[in-house]
Amino acid sequence: MSNAHSIPFRAILRHVLLIAGAALMLAPFIWMISTASKPQTEIFSSELHLIPHQLALAENLREAFAKANLLRFLLNGVIVTISIFVLQIMVALPAAYALAKLRFLGRETLFALVLFGILIPPQATAVPVFLMLHKAGLLDSYAALVLPFTISVFGIFLMRQFFKTVPDDLVDAARMDGISEFGIVWRVMLPAAIPAVTAFGIFSVVAHWNDYFWPLIVLNSEQLRTPPLAVAHFRNSEAGTSYGPLMAAAMVIIAPLVIAFLFAQRRFIEGITLTGIK
Amino acid sequence: MSDGSMTIGAAAVPAGAARRTLPAHGSRRTYSAYALVTPAAALMLIMLLGPLAGVIALSFTDYQLGAPHFSWIGLANYQDLFADKVFWTALRNTLAYVLIVVPGAVIAGLAIALLIQSGTSLRSLYRTIYFLPVMATLIAMAVVWEFMLHPQFGLVNGILRGAGLPAFAWLQDRSTALYALCAIGIWQAVGFNMVLFLAGLVSIPKQLYEAAEIDGASSGWARFRLVTWPMLGPVTTFVVVISGIRSFQVFDTVHVLTKGGPSKSTEVLIHTMYTEGFEFFRSGYAAAITVVFLVFVLLLTLVKSRLADRGVHYT
Repeated sequence: MSNAHSIPFRAILRHVLLIAGAALMLAPFIWMISTASKPQTEIFSSELHLIPHQLALAENLREAFAKANLLRFLLNGVIVTISIFVLQIMVALPAAYALAKLRFLGRETLFALVLFGILIPPQATAVPVFLMLHKAGLLDSYAALVLPFTISVFGIFLMRQFFKTVPDDLVDAARMDGISEFGIVWRVMLPAAIPAVTAFGIFSVVAHWNDYFWPLIVLNSEQLRTPPLAVAHFRNSEAGTSYGPLMAAAMVIIAPLVIAFLFAQRRFIEGITLTGIK
Repeated sequence: MSDGSMTIGAAAVPAGAARRTLPAHGSRRTYSAYALVTPAAALMLIMLLGPLAGVIALSFTDYQLGAPHFSWIGLANYQDLFADKVFWTALRNTLAYVLIVVPGAVIAGLAIALLIQSGTSLRSLYRTIYFLPVMATLIAMAVVWEFMLHPQFGLVNGILRGAGLPAFAWLQDRSTALYALCAIGIWQAVGFNMVLFLAGLVSIPKQLYEAAEIDGASSGWARFRLVTWPMLGPVTTFVVVISGIRSFQVFDTVHVLTKGGPSKSTEVLIHTMYTEGFEFFRSGYAAAITVVFLVFVLLLTLVKSRLADRGVHYT
């Protein structure tokens, strides 16, 4: 076996293995699109085929939008994820700046609590937070979906680490110009931290767009449903009958994030693997 | 630096005295610092640390949502829990799920990362494809998987029948349901692990491979064993722990696809906690389950921070 021979062989083997794996990873997506494009009779046939004989994507989408108020649910998803992200930044950035650049009594304790907070899984506080929202009469509202996540200790940690790398000179120069500490956070630190804020934003939006556990617990009303809850309800109400519209609905729900991901893969991968640090 | 230590002094001394002895801007900055951290500190107390203490306290009560009063019952919830067959089933299933998904998703993630990194063409295309399941809403994809696993019209059984193999009622059969959920779990986690491994592989210095080659490590396997695997050690442990913590939290697929069935064969800890706490509203009992769950997760976290202390840093 000569060297010249073995190199292309290995390259081909690499592609063969990776393509086989990729087919496995993509199978659910392909099957989802295929099923969403088939009429009922083709879905319930024991003969497997990928390409529909008769294209029914438009019909299935129309039925999905007619049976569930998908636009409303997508809008809910946007409202909730954006609110959470904006509030997280409003709370975390000032704290992160103080922890990184200011000296005050209790700073070390606060930072230790932030680090400790990162270790607490979200399910751990569910029962007490639920009881609190119940007492406050806030269950089944946007507030119930947003309030518990306004504090992101992980966000504080991440921003604090980033602010540490911002030169003190920049902060001092701003003080010379008479900018208040509060002004420094928003007019000096925020612009400097845009890459970190973007990464955190992607992390936060993806996590809360996809979250099922919390909305499931606090919501009752149909009009407040978030996208994952909407798919789950769609599935339960159409149990085993209309797979075409169900797959069409699943497609609609995953589309916004998947499309955004395909356009900005590098940023998304960066943002989501931040959880790795968590 | 000196300014900073003065500010610390200012906070320790009564405010009136500090005013006279320190330049005004120093103490004003301290006040600003408190103003800046107050919202975060308050919310952290209300939404995170308070509830954490609360869940532990609740686990010693018989509190039920809507009940007029409750009392401290000591360890009774835990006694009930440990006497409950469902709890042990849930714990066993959760551990089985973790023990299948973690090795599966870690080994597959490593293999894919190695394959991608071993050549130069189409790297980012492959990375995108394998990462796609991490991005896609799990609930939506779980519903797709359910249809793929449909006993009659599903893709999986269709392929099996085509190959002349026996078909299964995957999610409706108690002997296969948990494995089906594991497969979905692995499918979803592989891309995430792959990305962490890719980052680890990129950071291995090229010279090490050259040195190994000079020392006679000519085969790919020898290079892997002598350089890649040892250099990747810390990343691997890290990925294992992260995958472990995440698999312990398995809930979405269970709740939407099996509700813990058939006959409790897919009942897992968080699902039991959800059922007790948010369907039967037995808050005290659910709190006790949460505490057990927390103990497991914190044990894994402890392993992780131990490793981080040994010089593995990801920030």
